[in-house]
Amino acid sequence: MHPTHSMKKLLTGTAIAMLILHQDFWLWDNTNLVFGFMPVGLVYHACFSMAVAILAVLAITFAWPHELIEWATTKDEGAGTDGKAKLKDNQYKIR
Amino acid sequence: MTVLIVISIYLALLLGLGLFSGKQSRGTSKDYFVASHSIGPFLLLMSVFGTTMTAFALVGSTGKAFERGIGVYGLMASISGLVHVICFFAIGIRLWSYGMKHGFVTQIQFFRSRFDSNAIGYVLFPILVGLVIPYLLIGVIGAGKTILPVTAGAFPEAFPNANPLWTGGIPPWLSGLGICIIVLAYVFAGGSRGAAWANTFQTLVFMAMGVVAFTLIVKALGGVEQASKVPITVNENGLLVQNYGIVEQEDGSSKVEKLATPLVRGKIRDADPSLAGYQPHLGRKVLEMDYKARTPGSGELVDQSRELGVPPWMFLTYLFIPLSVGMFPHLFQHWLTARSANTFKLTLIAHPICIMVVWVPCVLIGAWATGLVPPGVPPAAVLSKMMADLVSNQVLTGLLTAGVLAAIMSSLDSQFLCLGTMFTNDIVLHKVGQDRFTDKQTIWIARGFIIGIVALTYVLSLWAANKNVFDLAVWCFSGFAMLTPLVFAALYWKRATTAGAFASIIVGTLTWIVFFVLAGGSEYTVGPGIMPVTFCVLASTVAMIVVSLATKPPSEATLNKFFG
Repeated sequence: MHPTHSMKKLLTGTAIAMLILHQDFWLWDNTNLVFGFMPVGLVYHACFSMAVAILAVLAITFAWPHELIEWATTKDEGAGTDGKAKLKDNQYKIR
Repeated sequence: MTVLIVISIYLALLLGLGLFSGKQSRGTSKDYFVASHSIGPFLLLMSVFGTTMTAFALVGSTGKAFERGIGVYGLMASISGLVHVICFFAIGIRLWSYGMKHGFVTQIQFFRSRFDSNAIGYVLFPILVGLVIPYLLIGVIGAGKTILPVTAGAFPEAFPNANPLWTGGIPPWLSGLGICIIVLAYVFAGGSRGAAWANTFQTLVFMAMGVVAFTLIVKALGGVEQASKVPITVNENGLLVQNYGIVEQEDGSSKVEKLATPLVRGKIRDADPSLAGYQPHLGRKVLEMDYKARTPGSGELVDQSRELGVPPWMFLTYLFIPLSVGMFPHLFQHWLTARSANTFKLTLIAHPICIMVVWVPCVLIGAWATGLVPPGVPPAAVLSKMMADLVSNQVLTGLLTAGVLAAIMSSLDSQFLCLGTMFTNDIVLHKVGQDRFTDKQTIWIARGFIIGIVALTYVLSLWAANKNVFDLAVWCFSGFAMLTPLVFAALYWKRATTAGAFASIIVGTLTWIVFFVLAGGSEYTVGPGIMPVTFCVLASTVAMIVVSLATKPPSEATLNKFFG
């Protein structure tokens, strides 16, 4: 699926919202335990880590940079058989 | 002694894997430096996760949670998951496309081309090497501090220690030397393929052993609910007391039991009565603790103080530190040389989960340890001490220690190799010409430089043996984070100029040096807890913007090359 501009904006907004939600000042002094052993401040941030993984899934699904990848893999004039451009000023030995 | 035998078997296995991967090599410099671009999604995930989670993750997180409590997870782990994923997506994929299009392998090649300047490579190289060295030190020092407590008592005559707890343990100078030689051996033989295989093996080992350690420690503590009661508690007089202790049983095993008389370990400064019953390490409230600790040299008891909890400004400004992944040389090389863009997908999704799997248990162990371990124990030794005290099975203790060493060594190998790659390609071959040396000679140049770096790291590790590995890591990461505005501007801002790039590097580096000197390499905050990295990143960003706008824009050819 090619990314739409609005989808990219939505995902960027979600990432910014998550940066804000990371500052859970309301849990600062709270030492209550969830499931009888996990401090609530730790549970919140463990859930945050899982939410980041979900954000990554959404970004891959809806904002994957297909055009950039297509540009990178398109042969330029003088390109080699492997699709890598042969530019004189940075043709490196180990490539 | 059994612990030592288990660790030795693990190290021998690792060495064997490295040497075997060397046999699979095609013998070319391309294979040695970038494994012929054969690194797929799983190897990439293991490599990226393994290299970013060094002693910092297992030993450092446990130690820091022992000092400050569970806030350490939000402070470093959960924010790292988010910032890393953003960087992988925004920087990694774009860099891969430039690597694919233009043939870049190292970050210096990319910056030289993007900013049309040879000099930028010569300015960046020493800065990158200077910043990687503390990263390497974290590993070598962490290894020493891990092995010492678990081997205590093995050789009492050969290795006496000022601290009676650790008499007879393998001293850090010897374990550090052993670790350096083993990593050097498999990087020497296997190059990037050996490092990738060893990374995968070691990352799996340390993740598995982390889970095993957690399970065994929980069992020894009497279950998770019981464990949550163990952390040090403030009593009605503002004293910090340990209500539980490790009691040796008749059969020689150890058990955690409630003490008839709580053990006073310190005092909360200016404590108010409302704190009675509060367990500081299960929250983030900022408190000042006074306690007594033995000095490492003489063993004499001296007064110490420590901040508990996490100041909100520190929590906020720590988010700049994981920006460092944008400029780590070994990650940069992974981005530029991955097999395909799709290779990144697994890393993007699984990286934050892997962080969680490793960090949550370690942070909990660190918080629980406050109720059993004296506050003066060096933070880096807390995980080992918990394992040695609570897991009485020597074979298991050996395996768990091997897991910690795996986390450490999986970071060292990639860094060593990457520095060798940069030195060979960006300094030597760039200066004398790509065809001056044969393939074999090129590999030997890299190996020679790697030996030099390993030797330097080892010598520095002896000098910095008593440094806190977490603090060292934070300084190292702050330095790389300070350079990240450079890569963002290079990738997304057409107006970024050569002069702007130099200004960003120089101003950012000078700001970092000023704070590092002020802090003496230890933990340091400004005002209400603002991390120095904030000022370093802001300074390098402002320098980039102001100087770029004041100088001539990049040439059309450069813009066409990078922005199509």
